[in-house]
Amino acid sequence: MTTEHDKKEPDTTGHVWDGIREYDNPMPRWWLWTFYITIIWGIGYTIARPAWPLIEGATPGISGYSTRAEVAKDIEAVNEANAGATQELASIELALLSGNSELQQYAVNAGAAIFRANCSQCHGSGAAGVQASGYPNLLDDDWLWGGAIDDIAYTITHGIRNEQSPDSRWSQMPAFGEILSEEEIAAAVNYVRSISDQEHDAALAAQGAEIYLEQCSACHGEAGMGDPTIGAPNLVDAIWLYGGSEEHLTETITYSRFGVMPAWGEEYRPGGGGLDQAEINAVAAYVHQLGGGE
Amino acid sequence: MWDIVKLIALALIALFAAIAANYARDAAYMVHALLIMLIAGGMFLWNVRRVGEPKPAPQVGYMDDVIRAGVVATAFWGVTGFLVGVYIAFQLAFPVLNLDWAQPYANFGRLRPLHTSAVIFAFGGNALICTSFYIVQRTCATRLWGGNLGWFVFWGYNLFIVLAATGYLLGATQSKEYAEPEWYVDLWLTIVWVAYLLVFLGTLMRRKEKHIYVANWFLLSFIVTVAMLHVVNNLSVPVSIWGSRSVQLFSGVQDAMTQWWYGHNAVGFFLTAGFLGMMYYFVPKQAERPIFSYKLSIIHFWALIFLYIWAGPHHLHYTALPDWASTLGMVFSVVLWMPSWGGMINGLMTLSGAWDKLRTDPIIRMMVVSLGFYGMSTFEGPMMSIRAVNSLSHYTDWTIGHVHSGALGWNGMITFGALYFLVPRLWNRERLYSLSLVNWHFWLATIGIVLYAASMWVTGIMEGLMWREVDANGFLVWGFADTVAAKFPMYVVRALGGVLFLTGALIMCYNLWMTVRRSPAKEAAPAMAPAE
Repeated sequence: MTTEHDKKEPDTTGHVWDGIREYDNPMPRWWLWTFYITIIWGIGYTIARPAWPLIEGATPGISGYSTRAEVAKDIEAVNEANAGATQELASIELALLSGNSELQQYAVNAGAAIFRANCSQCHGSGAAGVQASGYPNLLDDDWLWGGAIDDIAYTITHGIRNEQSPDSRWSQMPAFGEILSEEEIAAAVNYVRSISDQEHDAALAAQGAEIYLEQCSACHGEAGMGDPTIGAPNLVDAIWLYGGSEEHLTETITYSRFGVMPAWGEEYRPGGGGLDQAEINAVAAYVHQLGGGE
Repeated sequence: MWDIVKLIALALIALFAAIAANYARDAAYMVHALLIMLIAGGMFLWNVRRVGEPKPAPQVGYMDDVIRAGVVATAFWGVTGFLVGVYIAFQLAFPVLNLDWAQPYANFGRLRPLHTSAVIFAFGGNALICTSFYIVQRTCATRLWGGNLGWFVFWGYNLFIVLAATGYLLGATQSKEYAEPEWYVDLWLTIVWVAYLLVFLGTLMRRKEKHIYVANWFLLSFIVTVAMLHVVNNLSVPVSIWGSRSVQLFSGVQDAMTQWWYGHNAVGFFLTAGFLGMMYYFVPKQAERPIFSYKLSIIHFWALIFLYIWAGPHHLHYTALPDWASTLGMVFSVVLWMPSWGGMINGLMTLSGAWDKLRTDPIIRMMVVSLGFYGMSTFEGPMMSIRAVNSLSHYTDWTIGHVHSGALGWNGMITFGALYFLVPRLWNRERLYSLSLVNWHFWLATIGIVLYAASMWVTGIMEGLMWREVDANGFLVWGFADTVAAKFPMYVVRALGGVLFLTGALIMCYNLWMTVRRSPAKEAAPAMAPAE
């Protein structure tokens, strides 16, 4: 058998299955060598890194590598670099933050990141909330519980109408379906639409004025301006947490609403997931500068 | 005597299913019990009417009826699976397609396992069963062992698929990826799979050829290993025999490790070893060339099946899994690279001396592209298993792109090639109805896969980079919703790629249908004989 012949037609193994034969070609050299190299690399790598299981534990590897240690090192480095700013932020009088522009910039950056991870699920990644669905917009200057930076920090720490913090913001509008007749509710709805400059039935609205004075003004104020100390919304602006249509207002007055926000202070979250003082201050600083802070 | 036993068994099954439906604790279980009751009852009546009739003479020659049924099922489930895939791709781009009136049945969460199981187990599984029955008979020159057991495997397997699919829609799942079906469906599949193993082994044992062809090594390793994986990963205790819920035997990281030992080897033995068996028969047959290297086939076969089984932990990098297991998973995955490529080399080099056929034969072209995608995915896989790469790629769309370049490119294309090869032969036609339609299918599918894979690389790497991006103080720059919004255009491209792939498959179905209906018939079927 000559080399010339080999090039043309290699030998077959002599087996034939349904017409299929097999050449007796050697394995491609590059294939075999690459295979060997990966094996050798594999042996070396398992010596360097934790790899082979033993009866208790496993070989630790001579390089002392551990994925958990690597992550801990990264986190440690960042924490160390930020330690000064974090400490300052945790103890600062929030009202004075705007006087320290460097720290304020740091707080806004940090707050934005914390907001995206923890708050955006309800308030949206742009903090615009979800209109008319009970998720407040944080970009405008309409604040249910006050928009001063300290008010915002308090709301974040204790939340609203939750069972976690004994000091959570709390108020409860009655369900007027049990108190007023359907006609009276319709009248009140039209009155509220009249003071918020929306289309309304003038006769019903006039009738509703009296009902409003009797039933609603205690919290929402005679002029309908609301009261942020008790979370009573302003009714004369065009901002509606649960919608300002006749249908939505009727539903709100009949059944009332009960919006809940969790407390974020870590002392109210024994299971974890809470924010420490520096983080709360950072989020408050971020939300405060979004546009509507007072 | 056998007839009576069968009748009693069917009657008992129907009765038990009726009782089960009565006591059912959830909708999926009840629907399944009713389905089984109707099937067993129907078979009972059918058998009663035939008691005492003379038995038909036992057939000789190759058993091809069951393969024909398998070809039809493969095409049907393929189109179904691709269609659901296209729909959920559009759901991701346009969430409004989670139609309100179809909740909770047609939301993404329930349709997604329907899609994955339909393409892997229904399309891929039927393709593997019918081609393995074809290959083992031809390369052993003998009839399928076990008589009607082959039919039991076919119908039993398809019943498993129907039970799994309806279960997902009705909310029955054990929440393990690619192993979603609940306990009674798993038990049924175990029975069917053992029957499959028996048919395959029985046929091998009465072969008329001295040696066992390499395709059969791969197919046997696929059947045996899948049986082992399936049983171990589905070890669970039913909450009640009257309900679909069960509790897994393993918990925590042990459960996760078992699941990905299973999950990765579902890829390794179902989608790789099984389909390599397919490749080792259809490529040399279609090219009419000998296999490139017998030595290579031996070495890469043993290396592949030895190494694959250890690679699972690379799905669990940076989790509760200990570092040592993660390292081993990575190392075995990287060493697996060349053994995987052995199959590609043997397939592609088999064409040496017949490369001109690439111009004239679109079926060969399909097989070559299939091997190309196989090579690409089996390089990409080891690369993504490297911890440093994985820290970027894990949980991103890159993984989705990777499995689809494998599933659409390798599994899909080699199956299409096999179907084009099989239909004219199984239905005794001279040729396919239209080669130009095969060409259309080839290009639509190829462009579809390229759009799919490329768009998922882009979104995957983009979202991986966005997730890890931090500012100078170490704070995350992006929220999760920002990454979702950024992916939108690529999600549309991906869905369009799916539309092209689905269109190609529909053209194939039309072409195969017309081949059976219109193509001129061939004279006599080839006689069964050892080829020596």
